[in-house]
Amino acid sequence: MSQHPTTYVPQSAFGKWFESRLPIAGLVHSSFIAFPVPRNLTYFWTFGAILVFMLVSQIVTGVFLAMYYTPNADLAFQSVEHIMRDVNYGWLLRYLHANGASMFFIAVYLHIFRNFYYGSYKAPREVLYILGVIIFILMMSTAFMGYVLPWGQMSFWGATVITNLFSAIPLVGETIVSFLWGGYAVGNPTLNRFFSLHYLLPFMTLGVVILHIWALHVPGQNNPTGIPIKSGKDAVPFTPYATIKDIFAVVVFMIFFAWWVFYIPNYLGHADNYIPANPAVTPAHIVPEWYFLPFYAILRAIPDKLGGVIAMFSAIIIWVFMPWLDTSKVRSTAYRPLYKQFFWVFVAVCVLLGWLGSKPAEGYYTLAAQICTVYYFAHFLIVLPVLGFVERPLPLPNSILESVMGVQKGGAGIPAGANAEPQSKG
Amino acid sequence: MAETTTHVAEPTRRDFLYIATGAAAAVGGATLVWPFVQSLAPDAATVAAGAPVEVDLTPIAEGQIVKVFWRGRLIFIRHRTPDEVKSAGDVNVASLRDPQSDAERVKDGKAQWLVVYGNCTHLGCVPLGQQGEYKGWFCPCHGSVFDTSGRVRGGPAPTNLPIPSYTFVSDTKIIIGQEEATA
Repeated sequence: MSQHPTTYVPQSAFGKWFESRLPIAGLVHSSFIAFPVPRNLTYFWTFGAILVFMLVSQIVTGVFLAMYYTPNADLAFQSVEHIMRDVNYGWLLRYLHANGASMFFIAVYLHIFRNFYYGSYKAPREVLYILGVIIFILMMSTAFMGYVLPWGQMSFWGATVITNLFSAIPLVGETIVSFLWGGYAVGNPTLNRFFSLHYLLPFMTLGVVILHIWALHVPGQNNPTGIPIKSGKDAVPFTPYATIKDIFAVVVFMIFFAWWVFYIPNYLGHADNYIPANPAVTPAHIVPEWYFLPFYAILRAIPDKLGGVIAMFSAIIIWVFMPWLDTSKVRSTAYRPLYKQFFWVFVAVCVLLGWLGSKPAEGYYTLAAQICTVYYFAHFLIVLPVLGFVERPLPLPNSILESVMGVQKGGAGIPAGANAEPQSKG
Repeated sequence: MAETTTHVAEPTRRDFLYIATGAAAAVGGATLVWPFVQSLAPDAATVAAGAPVEVDLTPIAEGQIVKVFWRGRLIFIRHRTPDEVKSAGDVNVASLRDPQSDAERVKDGKAQWLVVYGNCTHLGCVPLGQQGEYKGWFCPCHGSVFDTSGRVRGGPAPTNLPIPSYTFVSDTKIIIGQEEATA
């Protein structure tokens, strides 16, 4: 926004009057209409819009669910069944909200791995990227607390296991945990405060999302080549090009979302969560929701309580340092033949960790999780720093236009000046 | 302008006022945060509900584990068989992760009664009784193993199942949440 002074000129007298008092129409115009977008963006760049849609969808369904839900340990489970059976379309609101969390995470993981692949985290987008990591942490906290609210067996024991993570902190751990619980065990005060925070955090997320989009509009979007926009020929205006593409992607994503909601709404849940919370019995096999599984596998891979907790939190915190751990000057993995292989190994390790997180922590599963955990951290601490020095990247195109149209000789069909930009690795 | 900025080697009264104001704001802010944080702690009703509870041991058959709650926390009362008591005693204490003899974990002359908190010391799941390598407890969540004295013998749990404070008021009755007066 700040680098693209608005060219917006209000037409009507009211528009002029209003714009001189609150220049919001100009802000929208420069950010979402005239804003220059690289002409070579793929559908991997539509997940930002999909994520905004999912955040709004979760907030809207959540606000309505909160009208019918009771955050009390004795009534919560019943009130969820009340929503499912008695409230008009309550089943739809709840299934949209519960499956919406999973859709949100599918979209965010694709968004994150797109960022890893195309080096979007590198300068000058470090702050933009770190804001994204903060959003992800807020999302995880919100999802965890939301899962506790139905107060079924998985809710209760998930809450017990996750809050007990903090008891690993030396000296003050037990005190912190009793402050989280508001009692001596997970109970009504815990449920009550989780509901309050579950309602609050999405709005904090929304605030950080606004900062994230603001930070995006300073350098502009990255693109599959990783090279910046050098001339007007490299870009198209946000509206209609990106607007229509984003809307189309959101609609396709809605179809995918609807398939889960209407055909297999409980597929991603656990049957045990339809049993009311019972503090005397732990379900035989407790696993977190699928989107936490890789981190859960890392937690269990370390045969030490404090060590496991540190490893699990480090697995996310290490993302923050990625812009500085990656020493390669080339952003896009498309031009990094060696890193491309390591990238896909890393993806495979993350998927494998997710699968291992769903398995019992015994025998070869634990060993495999330990190997994957070591590799996960080695990717950030060894592969990223070393490859930048040893890898010989492929030649970068001179411009985004050239990468799309091919190198033109003698200026045939390509306006003069489009090829004039000097080669740059940045 | 240049004159005033070049001659401020010595702190002025204004500097003192800035620091004093900042300090007052910091102390005031911290004081204001205190009640908010403190409200998260277990409240008066919860603490009051933590009064000692009396448990009658007569209906608990030998070999049986009974679950009771005190302060919202699960407690196992295990009526151990002579074999279980023996296997709990026949252990090289020094080899344990959290070294404690069985005698330290029960009351004198009441070795058949084991009273322990029922949440795994790893992440709080409820271990299953009479299972695992030592037939004590086995935690299904992350595989911690406890012996018939509730001591950790394997898996990720860092410590033994803790012993709540309790006292025998008669041979067949205990009060949980109350330590012996003589202690």
